[in-house]
Amino acid sequence: MQQEGFASFLLRQARVLDPEHHRDETADILVSGGILKEVTPHLNIRETGLSNVQEIDLEGKWVAPGFVDMHVHLREPGEEYKETIESGTRAAVAGGYVAVACMPNTHPVNDSSAVTRFIVDRARERGSCHVFPVASITLGSRGKDLTEMGELQEAGAVALSDDGRPVMDSMTMRRALEYSRTYNLLVISHAEDLSLAANGVMNEGPTSTLLGLRGIPAAAEEVMIARDILLSQLTGAPVHIAHVSTEGSVSLIRNAKNLGIQVTGETAPHYFTLTDDAIMKFDTVFKVNPPIRRHRDVEAVKRGLADGTLDAIATDHAPHSSLEKDTEFEFAANGAIGLESALPLALGLVREGVLSPLEMVAKLSRNPARILGIPLGSLETGKPAHLTVIDPEAAYVLDAETFQSKSRNCPFHGWKVQGQVLMTVVDGRIAFTRLNL
Amino acid sequence: MPFQRKDLLGIRELEVHEIEHILELAFSLKEINSRSIKKVPTLRGKTVVHLFYEASTRTRTSFDIAAKRLSADTFSIGATTSSLTKGETFLDTVKNLEAMKPDIFIIRHSASGTPHRIAQRTPVAVINAGDGMHEHPSQALLDMMTIRQFKGRLDGLNVLLVGDIAHSRVARSNIWGLTKMGSRVTTCAPRTLLPPHLETLGVQVCPRMEEAIPHADVIMILRLQKERQEQKLLPSLREYAVQFGVNAQRLRRAKKDVLIMHPGPINRGVEVSPDVADGPHSVILEQVTNGVALRMALLYLLAQNQP
Repeated sequence: MQQEGFASFLLRQARVLDPEHHRDETADILVSGGILKEVTPHLNIRETGLSNVQEIDLEGKWVAPGFVDMHVHLREPGEEYKETIESGTRAAVAGGYVAVACMPNTHPVNDSSAVTRFIVDRARERGSCHVFPVASITLGSRGKDLTEMGELQEAGAVALSDDGRPVMDSMTMRRALEYSRTYNLLVISHAEDLSLAANGVMNEGPTSTLLGLRGIPAAAEEVMIARDILLSQLTGAPVHIAHVSTEGSVSLIRNAKNLGIQVTGETAPHYFTLTDDAIMKFDTVFKVNPPIRRHRDVEAVKRGLADGTLDAIATDHAPHSSLEKDTEFEFAANGAIGLESALPLALGLVREGVLSPLEMVAKLSRNPARILGIPLGSLETGKPAHLTVIDPEAAYVLDAETFQSKSRNCPFHGWKVQGQVLMTVVDGRIAFTRLNL
Repeated sequence: MPFQRKDLLGIRELEVHEIEHILELAFSLKEINSRSIKKVPTLRGKTVVHLFYEASTRTRTSFDIAAKRLSADTFSIGATTSSLTKGETFLDTVKNLEAMKPDIFIIRHSASGTPHRIAQRTPVAVINAGDGMHEHPSQALLDMMTIRQFKGRLDGLNVLLVGDIAHSRVARSNIWGLTKMGSRVTTCAPRTLLPPHLETLGVQVCPRMEEAIPHADVIMILRLQKERQEQKLLPSLREYAVQFGVNAQRLRRAKKDVLIMHPGPINRGVEVSPDVADGPHSVILEQVTNGVALRMALLYLLAQNQP
């Protein structure tokens, strides 16, 4: 983390949303010396005995435990022209995130403690927020030999995933779940049956037929989710399903949870917002994996968020440059950036009545923190202050040109949205703000 | 103006009156091709660039003859001769060619949507000469021209599409065009060669040739690529020929004036037997003849619409 002096500040009369403590009330919040000192309905500044306390009036604004994005791609090491740990964490704090978990599909793949340590060190030197590396399940994410999970954990890895590629071989996945359990390291499943996906480039459905693009059926995702649920049951190891995109996937996870299987799931804003009709003009900004699906899938993902089947909203922030995106649709890389557009889209769910404000905050902070086992996502007095301040009403146009991310592949560029991050506090320091302080 | 587009990218977005206009113009231009001196000065001073990122003989030659008969200057860039092999992107190639001030790009590409992506980025008129599995508008238009020549109409006809619909841009463009013009389209193929959700395109699916053939006014046979067997979409070409091949015996149950069409190239003995391909119902070569006239019409219309 970048070292700057600690300031004392008092956030006045914001709506405080802390799902861990079932708190949804107007309160004052005092931060001093990097520590969350008080959360209380009315604070008299003189009683604190502190001087030089900056008061920030936040009436009508929301304050939440700092957001945690459990699924991002920071591209460093190896693809620094797309994103770096420095630029990616700047984008993170601009989006309200105090911590991100970065996927291992860098160059080289994060399959060794040396790479994990590099990421941790680089984040400490240049990061604007906390970075938790996710190491790969198998060497080179090739799906064959397991990584040295104990050592990866010691180096700082908080979970394991071959994200971007599935572990196709079921026995290898079984062993990964068993071995990782030794260290209580969570396995995150990129659920995609590659033979069923068959090099598809968009969702298989009426639109792919119309456009003459090879389709990826929903079953390619669902087959693997079903497998990994069964392997979780077999091994007793928890499994987390990344980027859930289909109706069938939501229902598989719901049923597994009802059976007491230790499965959790995340989705991303594009899966509860976009349908594959967006691809009608062959715009590669909409090319993501899993692909954006049909209306009924979008609705099912929302229901999954509403009933708790899907625990977390992650972004799957996947920066790409024009080199990967300004090509034929078929040859374009998968992925969209998401850190700086997630909040207004999540707030859309609140306005639609899908989630309460408290539930939205839980899916952006407490739940992903719990799933990863990191001590974030709640307002704990006496602990380092991690806060996200939101203006839920601010209406504006999303402009990717103004983003902190190095890349511009935002599918929501130009959208009229409502809800904006005003300030992000990481370890008691103001890491990002739009307020004139 | 009945046709005011900058580009011709697909049939799906065309209005019925636009298709009518193109077909009428093509019929009137057809006569030029039977003169002893087959050249008119209409496009003198215009430059047409063929940008073919995928192998093609018939379409490329047809467009080239069409352009030359209208006195345009033509140039060809193929995937192997272009700087694509040197790592240049298609957009850079297009931008470089654009800098040489051509009037019309004729683009074929193996990736669906590429002519559309190019058209959004260049002021030059773009004709889609076939993109991936998406559209092949000039082929569908020349097919409709041929049907109208022999049947006098498109409205109310039963058109049977036989073969690999899933991978066929010709099928998609014809489905859009024929249904717009009032024909009823039925498809017949093994299920592995039909795209998912085909019904949403407004066509009927009939799995048995015996049931489909007696109703057909037109049988449009699609090419079966040998790689479909390698992709395990078919157990064997032999079974395909037996079950779905159009042969004289099957045609006995067809209407007396049925038209046999094929966009070529033909796999004789697989999707169509030689006696049918060369038989009295076949208008396969007339399709090729009409292709030149139809493409002359497209070049003329787009050149006119250039600022």
